[in-house]
Amino acid sequence: MALEDVCSFKERSVQHKWFSFSSLGDAAIPFPMSDHYNLRYSRLETSENNCGVPLHFFIPPLPHSSSFIKRPLSSFCPPKNSMTVQRPFRLAHGTTTLGFIFQGGVIAAADTRASAGGLVACPAVHKITPIHSHLVVTSSGSGADCMLWERILIREIRLYQLRHGHRLSIRATAKLLSSMLHPFKGTEMCVALTLCGWDNGPKLIYVCSDGARLQGDVFSVGSGSPYAYGVLDRELRWSLSKGEAISLAREAVFRATHRDAYSGNNVDLFHITAQGWSQRKREDLKEEYYRDKEKKGKKKNDKLK
Amino acid sequence: MEYLIGIQGQDFVLVAADNVAASSIIQMKHDYDKMFKLSEKILLLCVGEAGDTVQFAEYIQKNVQLYKMRNGYELSPAAAANFTRKNLADYLRSRTPYHVNLLLAGYDDTDGPGLYYMDHLSSLAKAPFAAHGYGAYLTLSILDRYYRPDLSRDEAVDLLKKCVEELKKRFILNLPSFTVRLIDKEGIHDLEKLTLGAK
Repeated sequence: MALEDVCSFKERSVQHKWFSFSSLGDAAIPFPMSDHYNLRYSRLETSENNCGVPLHFFIPPLPHSSSFIKRPLSSFCPPKNSMTVQRPFRLAHGTTTLGFIFQGGVIAAADTRASAGGLVACPAVHKITPIHSHLVVTSSGSGADCMLWERILIREIRLYQLRHGHRLSIRATAKLLSSMLHPFKGTEMCVALTLCGWDNGPKLIYVCSDGARLQGDVFSVGSGSPYAYGVLDRELRWSLSKGEAISLAREAVFRATHRDAYSGNNVDLFHITAQGWSQRKREDLKEEYYRDKEKKGKKKNDKLK
Repeated sequence: MEYLIGIQGQDFVLVAADNVAASSIIQMKHDYDKMFKLSEKILLLCVGEAGDTVQFAEYIQKNVQLYKMRNGYELSPAAAANFTRKNLADYLRSRTPYHVNLLLAGYDDTDGPGLYYMDHLSSLAKAPFAAHGYGAYLTLSILDRYYRPDLSRDEAVDLLKKCVEELKKRFILNLPSFTVRLIDKEGIHDLEKLTLGAK
């Protein structure tokens, strides 16, 4: 990249951008990769821009049929030793997560269902993970990919803090994450994270494995997101009180889980302020459903009277 | 889905881009800026595949800045356009081509204003007016009909408004607002956002 020339990084034999699939197929071409922050050369083949994660980690199993790959490949040579294992079922990305900013900070909410096709693989998953005291990340997409990238992000943020003595800003965290995800664009990896945090003010940034990185005031991600947007867009205002914001978030997730088959079970709610994040007790949406039915029944009775 | 337009006048270039950042059927953002400032008098407008746009545009942006740092003077718009095209072309036949459509608009102190049209197959054309996106099919004929090389600034903004009104009338997708900027010998000026759609 351009800045490397200014810093006189050694010219790598890497073909372009980050690293080359074909050359990694052969046994071990020892790139002298420099550790991104410390500018030392480490023996372990680590991808420079992924800060120490072993390279073999990053060889996605490339399927042989080029129709699988979204981006056109011209000189495609699959690594000799990685055969793709065909999945027994289609990866489904069912979830409803949302985050929004209001006067009292940031609210992050998500359902807790992990689905695999038509099966509810797990009814009690944590889709919201704290990264540090003032940042949580909501995840959607492929569960395994999200878990991995959350752990990588936690590690990288902690390492930065230890090396530089101050915490990385949320915008920089989003950019770092986006850069780390970039080599996997075009593969089957699917991660859509919303960083919800506080640094000199509430921040909400959406990062996706497609490469999108958007800062905004309200985001909802997942198969249930259109339903959640329907509720959020009507009621959301900056001047909500904390209680109102929490019940709005819960209502939005509830409506989405009601309509979307791939979202459901419980709702997790996190509230982030200048003092850090706090988590509400996990609530079963079944209760919310009966409460809602009762409310509607009462309204109907009131109307009839 | 996305729309870019550029109109060159005698001593200025007027550019506009829509403000929608979309993800399948959802508008994730209504106020997204698709213009990247390469230098004091050059703007790069970039649309296309989600991550590619920002990655490529920021890469070009940083390299243009680096040129200025190394050599003490800025790249001209023509040079920046050719540099951008070269990069697109180099990546085109790699395993990871950038799928982006670009408009580069700039003002050169010696050559005057310039508008360059580039597409994802890395073709480059210097044009008096240009547009990208599905909206281009609807508005290029309007530009053909009403464009004159000696447009004043107000006339160019009116022409732009005509194009946007046509989009509002005939384009099936809702593009509620457009960022508008003007480049002349004084630099880049932000004009009022065009909001002709439903808010």
